[in-house]
Amino acid sequence: MSAQSMKTFVGIDLGSTTTKSVLIDENQQVIGRGITNSRSNYATAARVAGEEARVDGRFTLFRRALTDAGLLGDGLGDFLAGLERSFRLEQFIERLDDLEATCVGQLKGGRFAALEDRLREALAETFRRLRAEAPDLFAPGAKRKSDFFRDIAGARFYEHAEAVAREGAFPYEVLLNAYDKAIIEVENRPPSGALSEQFRRALARVLESTDGIGSGAADGIRSRIESSLEIDLEESYLVGTGYGRVTLPFSKEHIRSEILCHGLGAHLMYPHTRTVLDIGGQDTKGIQVDGHGIVTSFQMNDRCAAGCGRYLGYIADEMNMGLHELGPMAMKSDKPARINSTCTVFAGAELRDRLSLGERREDIVAGLHRAIILRAISIISRSGGVTNEFTFTGGVAKNQAAVRELRQVVKENYGEVAININPDSIYTGALGAAEFARRAYEGGSRPEGRA
Amino acid sequence: MNTNVATMKGKAADVEKDASMRKQKEMMAAHYDRLTAVPQTGEKVCSTFVPGNLNELIGCFDLVNNLPEVNAIQNGLRRTSGQYVLEAEKLGHSEDVCTYVKSDIGMIAKGNIAPNGKPFPNPDVLLLSYTGCFTFMKWFELLREQYQCETIMLHTPYMGDGKVTPNMIQYMVKQLREEVIPKLERVSGVKFDIDRLRERLARSAQAEENLVHVLQSARRRPSPIDAYFGGIYYIGPIFGAFRGTEDAIQYYRFLREEIDARVAAGAGPITPEGDMGPEKYRLVVEGPPNYTNFRQFWKMFYDEGAVVVASSYTKVGGVYDLGFRHDPQRPLETLAEYCLGVYTNRSLPMRIEMLSNYVEEYGADGLLINSIKSCNSFSAGQLLMMREVEKRTGKPAAFVESDLVDPRYFSAANIKNRLESYFQMVEQRRASARSAA
Amino acid sequence: MTMPDTATIVARASALFEDLHFSSAREWKSAAPGRKVIGYMPIYVPREIIHAAGMLPLGIVGGGDQLEVIHGDAYYQSYICRIPRSTIELGVSGRLDFVDGMLFPSICDVIRNLSGMWKLMFPHVYSRYFDVPQNYRDDIGGNYYAQELAELRDALAELRGAPVTDEALRASIVAYNDNRRLVRELYDYRIAQPWQVPAAEVYLLMRAGLVLPVEQHSELLRDYLAAARAVERPRRDNCRVVVAGVFCEQPPLNLIKSLELAGCYVVDDDLLLVTRWLTAEVPTDGDPLQNLALAFLHHSESTAAKYEPNAREKGQHLVRAVRRSKAEGVIFASPSFCDPALLDRPMLQHALSEAGIPYVSFKYAENSGQMQPIREQAGTFADSIKLWSGQ
Repeated sequence: MSAQSMKTFVGIDLGSTTTKSVLIDENQQVIGRGITNSRSNYATAARVAGEEARVDGRFTLFRRALTDAGLLGDGLGDFLAGLERSFRLEQFIERLDDLEATCVGQLKGGRFAALEDRLREALAETFRRLRAEAPDLFAPGAKRKSDFFRDIAGARFYEHAEAVAREGAFPYEVLLNAYDKAIIEVENRPPSGALSEQFRRALARVLESTDGIGSGAADGIRSRIESSLEIDLEESYLVGTGYGRVTLPFSKEHIRSEILCHGLGAHLMYPHTRTVLDIGGQDTKGIQVDGHGIVTSFQMNDRCAAGCGRYLGYIADEMNMGLHELGPMAMKSDKPARINSTCTVFAGAELRDRLSLGERREDIVAGLHRAIILRAISIISRSGGVTNEFTFTGGVAKNQAAVRELRQVVKENYGEVAININPDSIYTGALGAAEFARRAYEGGSRPEGRA
Repeated sequence: MNTNVATMKGKAADVEKDASMRKQKEMMAAHYDRLTAVPQTGEKVCSTFVPGNLNELIGCFDLVNNLPEVNAIQNGLRRTSGQYVLEAEKLGHSEDVCTYVKSDIGMIAKGNIAPNGKPFPNPDVLLLSYTGCFTFMKWFELLREQYQCETIMLHTPYMGDGKVTPNMIQYMVKQLREEVIPKLERVSGVKFDIDRLRERLARSAQAEENLVHVLQSARRRPSPIDAYFGGIYYIGPIFGAFRGTEDAIQYYRFLREEIDARVAAGAGPITPEGDMGPEKYRLVVEGPPNYTNFRQFWKMFYDEGAVVVASSYTKVGGVYDLGFRHDPQRPLETLAEYCLGVYTNRSLPMRIEMLSNYVEEYGADGLLINSIKSCNSFSAGQLLMMREVEKRTGKPAAFVESDLVDPRYFSAANIKNRLESYFQMVEQRRASARSAA
Repeated sequence: MTMPDTATIVARASALFEDLHFSSAREWKSAAPGRKVIGYMPIYVPREIIHAAGMLPLGIVGGGDQLEVIHGDAYYQSYICRIPRSTIELGVSGRLDFVDGMLFPSICDVIRNLSGMWKLMFPHVYSRYFDVPQNYRDDIGGNYYAQELAELRDALAELRGAPVTDEALRASIVAYNDNRRLVRELYDYRIAQPWQVPAAEVYLLMRAGLVLPVEQHSELLRDYLAAARAVERPRRDNCRVVVAGVFCEQPPLNLIKSLELAGCYVVDDDLLLVTRWLTAEVPTDGDPLQNLALAFLHHSESTAAKYEPNAREKGQHLVRAVRRSKAEGVIFASPSFCDPALLDRPMLQHALSEAGIPYVSFKYAENSGQMQPIREQAGTFADSIKLWSGQ
């Protein structure tokens, strides 16, 4: 039976906006990653992110099993992607059911008792439409603004509910109100535990809709998936980190500072890195690590949060743009303006002043990116500068204009240094935490109550 | 054997609470009572500063010493400073400047009430010992405007080149002899008696000897004292209104006995919640503390088993552990040397050397800087100090920020996060050093 | 030879101002072997002694709004003013690599501590905290200061490898007396006809005095005065103000321009006080160091960094400046986090209130980018003064 059980080590990073989870195995290999928005409840966020990581972990097991069996050959990637879309659709529909039931519950009694039946019909119609279009949302190549249930369901619900309300002359606000209350409840409920069933249904749909899989091959795939589902992903040890860590019901042994986790995570991704820069929403960290991923020194932005990711958010608001549009706009500039203040409070005024003086938007925005990077470099400089391989993480690392400025400034001040930016950099802290969990277990630590 | 030690520990703790702490409480209460009773007793009041204070000299003229810095600290601990700072800002003082000054000015505007609930008397003289802090000069110019009283400037040159020159001493002695003393005579109506000054200086030296003994007890493992949070209590009498008095001698005798008893019992420092647990981290701290959240700040240390073994803040009213003692044989010269030598009057290279030596001598795991927004004298340059001390000692440093008495500038979550990260880093580095060995 | 016009002169001053590599000082240094350059920060150093040692005094007043500060921010917390970080930037970026010595005057704790930082960061540069007396008795502060001046003289003598003679000192005092006379003449001319000498031009001319040898600067001032008097410029309906608080970290040039655009003629200011710190001729006979010391004690500008021993005198220098320059109000422009300016300000304001002089206050940084709020405040102030005086 031991073959049916697998030791896993969980790292959870409770950030101010998102909570991330990483699952690794005994060989430091990443099995799964999960992310969710932090909401106001860190405990739920931790549970949801952990669950997501385990789902992701199943796919890793499927991949391993199918690869070992030599099934599907070059088509493996497409097959797994299809399976994942199908699984997400299953989950989505299940959560829609939950949402509908919860919305209906919101209508009971109260001011709308008289309207209750009609409202329930309206909801039923709204959700029917939502369900009907769900497969398209998860079709190959479909673009989703976000993978969080709230984001996908919310936008579509508003649209359909409004149409339904208009057609039937219902008060739209009542439907909205029911949704707004229900979504919080639903969001805070972890997905139901019947994952294996969801996987099976998803698999059936994929096998049905994929051409060119013979019945023999389909049986082979089915049995591999089944045996993968039987493996118990045993949570051998868990470590939490991030700003929300203190609110977790864990003892000290299960908590590590995010700086240590970040340093170790970056080391695991890039063993030669010695300097790590993380620009998040609320803070900027400069971390130096040694050849074992041990943090040797660190600095954070001082009490003034000027130049953190949030600054870009204010600028985007001020310009009436999406945060993700700032980078591309800045890339259009070939002569960035000199922006001297990274003070978030003054950002709006400075922006308007410059626009009124006729400066080009893209030059101003490019200048803002440079200002942020200069500020970050001063924090790096406080922590000891850049020695070898520089790893850049955090939300701002996804912004190509910020990355361009960083490369420039690092080159000007520290010469040619490799700069690593991992597409999964958002999981750096959680990865470090997972490795701390693995090391703690290896060192003989056991979770509480499970001696 | 075990039970014996336990009993002794218990006793030591009791003794400490009972003797030195009670003595200090009495001294402070009596002092505030004496100050606020001035309208009845007719005594005259001299306001002055802690760094470079001339308490022995003030005593020679039977003047009662009032220390605006200490009042601001009291307001911080009692959590009234926040409203005073706001009051001063309403009166036109910038949000950018020192909150000691603003707490003082706000307190005056709001009735100038002392910790004993009675109003402070107006000072008869402002003794502006301009030592190690530019703001002092502006502060007393502001108070002079308020009180319209005699103001005496004693200018202490800065030790920019890391040394005291004969020119500096002559300048200061001349100021003392020809400006400070005649003016104090005039205000007080008391004739200056140099022998009285010598007696007081001799008493100062006695207390100083015991203070140094206490501070240096932190070289032991475990350290029997916390030389920052606890240290602030220990320096109270000698930095405040009591240097040169019998009270101070008695206080430091009690304190020394109590600390010696803790050493004998192998005990660690005492905290507001009783004896600290096992000593896990030893730190040197640079910079003043925050007073509005003093206990909360302290708790972040002792909860983690962190003890401060040496600090620079406990040297702002005099650097005694490097050998200086008030010398009754050279009364005016010794006052000049005292002022010149206080911590904030020392150049940055001197401060770096002092902190690096502390890290070595006291076997610390590293340096923690609490950078204070109000205090540029301390804060400007601390980031370079941090790097230099790290470079010289090879020990990691940490940096947190707060303010003296402005509650708006204390972010507990922020500081705790950095401290925890720092302690864990020290722990991890130790573990990695062990596994490498 | 034709006389240069103001535009040509201002263009030269402007080029010197914009040159963050100090090319003119570099050229001066390389023009003859053994020449040395001594940098100094605000607020005052006795440049005569540097000059007498055959060296070039070079005023360093931060990096302004055109310097990108990359390393300087690593040394300072967010609540400390800008001038030390941009000065460090100038240092670590090599822009001051030709400077042989740096003097850090007694102005505040930040600049004081920078003196120690400089010793550590640039160990091969002669760095000195230049203390001045806060006691104004000849036999106390005077003796102390004369001795400090002697120490400076001897240190510079050691640096050049030859003594600095009294004769050389006297000659330098003559050169600087001449320069200060011209500076005062320019300031007086502006008081008389402020439309003839815009504040930004006066500022650029004063800035030139920080980098040029004194003789060249005097020539520049003479030429400018002649050129300015030769051409009548249009007169505007501006009010007349004194600008106070700008004695250390520099306001951006745009700020100075904005004040005039907003309707204020600047008729006096405390910008670059070193150029006119000593308010009377320094005697050229007798002991030159003693003369410099006594001039400091008895004939020097009042400012926040100096103790005012006489309670009744506090703030009166500003009231007098307003009266002398026939100003109608005071603009307090203070650098953010500037202890001397901000702590002194309430007392100066009280003195103005008592004298019935209106004022307005705002803060800036040397790299402030937004002038709109400043234009607005200065404009409103100018309008209110006009309304008030029209009543």
